[in-house]
This record gives sequence, structure tokens and C-alpha cells, in this order.
Amino acid sequence: MTERAPGWTTRELAARLAMDIPDGAYVNLGIGLPTSVTAHIPPDREVMHHSENGIVGMGPPPPAGEEDPDLMDAGKNPCTLALGASICDHTVSFTIIRGGRLDIAVLGGMQVSARGDLANWRVAGQQLGSVGGAMDLAAGARQVWVMMTHTDKSGRPKIVRECSYPLTAARCVDRVYTTFAVLDVTDDGLVAIDLAPGVDRAALEASVEPPVRFAERLPAGL
Amino acid sequence: MVASVDEAVAGVRDGDVVLVGGFGIGGVPLVLVEALARLGRRDLTLVSNNCGTGEIGLALLFKHHLVRKACASFPAQAGNHHFVAAYESGECELELVPQGTLAERLRAAAAGLGGFYTPTGAGTDLAAGKETREIDGRTYVFEKPLRGDVALVSAHRGDRFGNLRHRRSSRNFNPVMAMAARLTIAQVEEIVPAGALDPDDVHTPGIFVDRVVEVRGGGQG
Repeated sequence: MTERAPGWTTRELAARLAMDIPDGAYVNLGIGLPTSVTAHIPPDREVMHHSENGIVGMGPPPPAGEEDPDLMDAGKNPCTLALGASICDHTVSFTIIRGGRLDIAVLGGMQVSARGDLANWRVAGQQLGSVGGAMDLAAGARQVWVMMTHTDKSGRPKIVRECSYPLTAARCVDRVYTTFAVLDVTDDGLVAIDLAPGVDRAALEASVEPPVRFAERLPAGL
Repeated sequence: MVASVDEAVAGVRDGDVVLVGGFGIGGVPLVLVEALARLGRRDLTLVSNNCGTGEIGLALLFKHHLVRKACASFPAQAGNHHFVAAYESGECELELVPQGTLAERLRAAAAGLGGFYTPTGAGTDLAAGKETREIDGRTYVFEKPLRGDVALVSAHRGDRFGNLRHRRSSRNFNPVMAMAARLTIAQVEEIVPAGALDPDDVHTPGIFVDRVVEVRGGGQG
């Protein structure tokens, strides 16, 4: 029998995060891992997807052959419009973002600090970076959730004491979803509110740099 | 209205700040950009969300060494080898601007404002050297207006007054760029008779648009 590696797969993580998006929410799911959340939102919830290029109410990708060159998502892939969609220009789209109208922005992450600093646009030392709308989303959304693998490709912690990569925004992250755990960022530091299968408290503590507390509502046995 | 795309871009000068609408390739006035590449004016400052991809559109401006400086939020997209080559050789400098700040700097220029304070970028490398101000306990960064000498934009329909109607997410930066330049040139899928556009459906009023050229099959169709 093959022993399953501890933690969620990125697909399971997407499903786990989708469960926390409430009915009626306006959300922006960033390019990369966060985009995969869309497919897991329960069908009984009406969630409106915002895209930086002026779509509120973005729908799933179209069937092959039905792509419209005038309908692209923020990752420049073909998309559709959902019931109740509206189109706006870039100034209005970022008025939505910076004006605090988005309930949740889910962003990818390279590093998150215990204070909720986020680094997700350029690794240290790299010359050419692209920031897109990440800094605006981090500064403006009501809730900023980060979705990322628990460690980097070399196995180093991505939840760190201080970000060593250039910041996207300081003290912006409200919650972190990793393949190991879900953690809230509070004034008193990180609080784990859920652990993935096969991950116990010691394993989580050993794989992040800052201290972690554990929520009382953690399911029994974790 | 002008009859050809080459006529449309006539008058662009060496050293001009050129705003180009679009996002990725959605809503980019590709045929006007190609005409600009043919015109061959040099030392341009290019303001656009991206820096082109493959062998079309904005990529041609870098391929032909026409750009001295690029202002963009997302230059590092796949297939942008012509921009990367120009950047890495030192021929073209990059001003990386957060996407919302880019849109708002254009809007400030369009509206005759001297700039604005935004929380976006506060405490990051992109705010280095910029004035900051505490407003109600939060740090804001001062950003200057970004005005164009020329704007190249696209639309779905236009009329002889320059009124434009865009389509779907190809609207993106096109209206604000049309408003932020001294000379605005629009590539439209279809020129319609005066009066055919319902005034309530005009996205970019013609007062902002100087030249309109019809390009069938040019996107926004």
C-alpha cells in the first residue's frame, strides 16, 4: 500500500478554500493557483467573480470553438459572462478594487509573514518582475486570502518571520490557505483553524518559521 | 475619419509618449500599432498594461528598437522575447506601475489633476523615493498624472464624431487612454453613420477622439 503524503493536494486545497466563500460574495481569484478555486464553488452558491480587465460576473471558460476574442480573464484566457454580469473600464474596475467593494481577493503567495505581509510578485534578486493588479488587490479588498503550497520547491517555509522577497503589501493578509493548514493572521500572530489530513500540530510548527497558536475550534484529534 | 491606418498615425514624433489601449492582446489596436512600427519614430515612451507577445502588436515596437522607456504593470508575460531583449540590453528602461495606479495616473491626466494619494504600493519597492502621507492613520503614496502625446485605442463601433462603443472586456484601458492624450487615434471594427450610435451607448465620447479609422477584423468585433 502506498502511504499518502501528508497535506492536501492543490486540488483538494482549492475545494477546501471554495467551501469558505459565502453565497453572494464578490471575489477576485488571482492568476495561478487561486483560479482553480472557481471550479469548486458549490453550485448552490451565487458567487460573482471580478476580473481586473473590467468584468464583474465572469463565467467559466467557453467550450472549444466558442471563444470570443473580446472576452478574456485576467490571465488572458478566454472566459464567458455569468448571469448578472457587467462590463466596465479599467478605472471603474480598480475603483471596485481599491474602494473596498470586493469581499475577498484570493492571491497566490511566495512568502507570508506572521504579521500578514505578503510577497508574491518578484523573487529577491530577480530584475524583471510583473506586479499586475496584486498591489491594488492587497491594499483594497475587504479580505485578502493567500493560497499557496506550504513550502517552496526546495522545501523551505513560505510562512516566515520576515519576508525576504520584495513586498506586495504590508499587513494585508487576513488568512492563509496552504497545502498543510488554514491559518488566520491576527494581531497576536498566526492561528491555525484547520489542519490537512496527516498534518499534526508538531508537523505544522516544524514547517513554518513563526510561532503558531491553535484555534479551540480545531476538530477533535488535531 | 481617415482612410488608412498609415494616415491615422501620421504626426507621431520621435520621443513621444504613446498610450496604447488593451490588456494582453484583448482590445489592443494591433493594426495601428503595426502602422506605428512602420512609421519608425524612435525613443518612444510606451504606456500599456503589457509589453507585447510573439511577433505582433507591441512586440514589433521593441523588435524595431523604437522604445526607450516602457510603463507597464505586467511586462513579463509569456512570449515577450522582444521586450526582454530590449530591456536586458539596456536599450529600454522599465517603469513598473501597479495596474490600478496606472489606470488612475491616466485618469488624473485626463481630468487635469496634479496627482493623487493611493494606499497601493505603500511600503514596497515601487514606492521607493515617492512622497508618502498619513491620512486617517493609513499610509498613502503620491502618484503623478501620466499624460500621453498620442493614444492608440480600439473600439467596436465609431462614428465621424469620434464617438466610440467598445465591446466586452476589450474596453479595458481604451476609454481612459483616449481621454489622457493630446492626439487620440481610434481603430474601430466598423464606422457607423452619424446618429446610429445611441448617445446612451457611447462609452468614449467623441470629444476625446481625433481620428477614427475602420479596420475590419481588427478585434472588438
